[in-house]
Amino acid sequence: MSESQKTIEIEVLRYHPEKDKEPHKQVFEVPFTDDMSVLQGVQYIKDYLDGSLSFRWSCRMAICGSCGMMINGEPSLSCQTFLRDFYPARVRVEALSHFPIERDLVVNIEGFIEKLESIQPYIIPKEPRTLAQGEYLQTPEQLNAYEQFSSCINCLLCYAACPQFGLNPSFIGPAATALLHRYNVDSRDGGKAERMELVNSEEGVFNCTAVGYCSEVCPKQVDPANAVNQNKTNSAADYFLRFLTPKGGAK
Amino acid sequence: MKPTLKRSNAPIFWALFGAGGMLSALLGPMLVFITGLAVPLGWLLPPDTMSYPRMLAFAQNFIGKGFIFAIIALFLWHAAHRIFHSLHDIGIHAGTAAKLLCYGSAMVGTLLAAYALLVIGF
Ligand code: SF4
Ligand code: FES
Repeated sequence: MSESQKTIEIEVLRYHPEKDKEPHKQVFEVPFTDDMSVLQGVQYIKDYLDGSLSFRWSCRMAICGSCGMMINGEPSLSCQTFLRDFYPARVRVEALSHFPIERDLVVNIEGFIEKLESIQPYIIPKEPRTLAQGEYLQTPEQLNAYEQFSSCINCLLCYAACPQFGLNPSFIGPAATALLHRYNVDSRDGGKAERMELVNSEEGVFNCTAVGYCSEVCPKQVDPANAVNQNKTNSAADYFLRFLTPKGGAK
Repeated sequence: MKPTLKRSNAPIFWALFGAGGMLSALLGPMLVFITGLAVPLGWLLPPDTMSYPRMLAFAQNFIGKGFIFAIIALFLWHAAHRIFHSLHDIGIHAGTAAKLLCYGSAMVGTLLAAYALLVIGF
């Protein structure tokens, strides 16, 4: 580091379960250039200052969804958040809120993975289909119905943003509901009745109090709050109309 | 997947909340203006707009009754739901107790309104 080199302070929330009773902060002085992302900042720390710093990342281009962190208290992808937006002030980097910390900036996402499985995130065909029947055809409108909700990269920023998930971790939450909705509104899918059980359940959409912060922090414009709130209407209709429809999936 | 999913009964409260919210957004400000400002201060409306005989006639009319009942009951259910969730947001998870208190008062208010509107006659 030359004398004239600009530097920026990065405050990192550290936690090594084998020796730390609780998370604590540590400040690093990192050389600063105005094209550096926050991810590059923490990578500099790991490469040159403290090799024991743990964090997840992969693509560096906002597509893998693994580098989510709280940056100055806001759930953000660290690869698309730039240090220049904070310079010369100090930047605070912490593990994503509402998840148990595994180590430093790495959180335990097992609960989310289970939710992801529980929504059956794949097309459940309405009826068996043979190869000879060829591919499914969809109109542009049919594609439009779900396309936005299929752009989720599972970065979990929306969960870190959601106060209701913070209060009740069993809430199925924004991204899982958005993906659930993505399959339910796909013209090729026939699994809606099964998935609605989850929407209607105590873990379902009514945990949401329409805060909307999830959609604000989403880096992929998935608008998970929209999916959640559309499904409140769906669920309420299902709740009251099940007495009128003889077969339905209601229990 | 969790083997047993319990259906939430939230839609009932959510529907009442939604109906009350819609009604209060549409009519609330106007009602505050009429009952709280215009009539007491004698603005725009004739002074006897809300005189006892007029209001009694209004409450004895079928449509008037329905209107008063809907306003009181749905506003209450809306408020109860909002307060219940806000308690949860600020970290008071009294659970059943808070639920009983919030929705219970809405229920009591609804029944009182219904009772009063019925005894007032047609
Ligand atoms: S919905 Fe958006 S914020 Fe939530 S996990 Fe998907 S991409 Fe991330
Ligand atoms: S590193 Fe892949 S999204 Fe940031």
